[in-house]
Amino acid sequence: MAYAGSAAIAGFSEWKPEQRSRAEARYFTTEQWALLSRQALDDAGIAPGLVDGIATAGFPETSMMAPATVTEYLGIEVGFAEYVDLGGATSAGMIWRAAAAIDLGLANVVLCTVPGTPIPELASRTEGGRTYLGSLSDAVGSPQAEFEIPFGNVGQNAAYALIAQRYGATYGYDPAALAKIAVDQRFSAQANPAAIFCGKPLTVADVLASPMIAEPLHMLEIVMRCSGGASVVVARADIAASGPNRPVAIKGFGEGVAHRTPSYARDMTVTTMGRAADCAFRMAGLRREEVDMVSVYDCYTITVLLTLEDAGFCKKGEGQAFVTEHDLTYRGDFPCNTHGGQLSFGQPGIAGGMSHVCDAVRQLMGRAGAGQVQGAEVAFVAGTGGLMSEQVALVLAAQ
Amino acid sequence: MTASTGTGGAAAKPEPTPTATTRPFWNGLRDRKVMLQYSPSTDAWVFYPRVLAPGSLTDDLQWREASGAGHVYSYTVTRRPTAAPWAADVPQIIAVVELAEGPRLTTELVNVSDDAVKVGMVVRPVFCDSKTGGPTLLRFEPAAGPADSQEERP
Repeated sequence: MAYAGSAAIAGFSEWKPEQRSRAEARYFTTEQWALLSRQALDDAGIAPGLVDGIATAGFPETSMMAPATVTEYLGIEVGFAEYVDLGGATSAGMIWRAAAAIDLGLANVVLCTVPGTPIPELASRTEGGRTYLGSLSDAVGSPQAEFEIPFGNVGQNAAYALIAQRYGATYGYDPAALAKIAVDQRFSAQANPAAIFCGKPLTVADVLASPMIAEPLHMLEIVMRCSGGASVVVARADIAASGPNRPVAIKGFGEGVAHRTPSYARDMTVTTMGRAADCAFRMAGLRREEVDMVSVYDCYTITVLLTLEDAGFCKKGEGQAFVTEHDLTYRGDFPCNTHGGQLSFGQPGIAGGMSHVCDAVRQLMGRAGAGQVQGAEVAFVAGTGGLMSEQVALVLAAQ
Repeated sequence: MTASTGTGGAAAKPEPTPTATTRPFWNGLRDRKVMLQYSPSTDAWVFYPRVLAPGSLTDDLQWREASGAGHVYSYTVTRRPTAAPWAADVPQIIAVVELAEGPRLTTELVNVSDDAVKVGMVVRPVFCDSKTGGPTLLRFEPAAGPADSQEERP
């Protein structure tokens, strides 16, 4: 591995999620990009003039050239202008691309910004559109249009339910174990005032009594879309060290993508997180046992289960026993999604993926307040995009 | 993708649009055959249809008739519609079927009660003609079901 580990996270900003229907559609994506970035740079103590790299996702106001749209709006010239298109793994994907660019000398300070609040007039513009498609494309020539959508396999719920059902048929299914993931995360959310479900504790019985949406997934195992947004400043380690925060070194990273629709996965119960995590730990020179907390993408409880298994924190098929035996809360023996996870923090669109980066960074910087994991030095972050189909792993360490 | 009005007055259901590459598959369904591509050099059957064999990118794909036999690889019973066009179909049994030849495809199970479905259940094709002129869809039913149910009756 040639990555020298020269990049660190210097600061971040994160908007408190709100129910999407209640969020004020005030700012367009470029405007949110600017506002979030300015807040993150202020947090990092880095002057905006030092920014020479950006990573952005696509956004509704432009069908192409999103990075140039952002640099023009910000009024900056950069040596690294990245477009990341990995669904929920986009945020984690931005972080490692920024680190690699810094390591290669392309940039010194890279903004990874993910707006997640409704833009003005978005509602009216998508009224007639097929928003129900989720991550599927209905364009003629797209395999989803031809082989998925006609059967109603649209949105995310059915696909994740298919994965969970297959998992259960292979390894057995313990609904209470899956529910416990949501419950432990909800416990942690009680210590995070920014979490949308702060103040609303949850029991396993509550989860199992919530309506069945697509068997075996209950409503309270499914993420709720919210408004929000986040920005993370990735900088050369020495620049990060000059700011007010304890820098968080990006030690290792990995990625795995094989398919878009799980029907065509080699094995629906095995994700590409395995190769991503192996690559990340090898690059970091760290072992799983050295991780103090994990923040893994949790659009559904089954996502967490498969990620913990495939990332190597427990053996394949033993995830349910693992989450049952371990306390996943911030004060437990295996802290997982201490911000509440997206299940309890809220999912501000693809910025939901950045909430896991921010969760880990907050812990490693020692800024998690009442939800602080004592002695957190090493964190593992996972991003999952599409229908369990795009995976990014990050290993982070406090400097 | 075109949209047509499905049965029961539900919202318009999207129908597939065959392409030059995939048309033999759709024509096969119309003729009550499951036509799949096969790559002799890798001895692998292929779904969905492609111009080159997936993985090896070998240019040796040929169309062959598959048995149509398969088993349920996974399924879900929807208790809420996945989207408005399928509102009248709840509970809908969305499934992934693994064909005897190897490939898996997304489909829907019909002619079976939702509490009788099991992973591993052996199934056979049900060729569902469109009522609006669109392509015939490939759904499945239990192989042990009534022998005369070669047509859709959901």
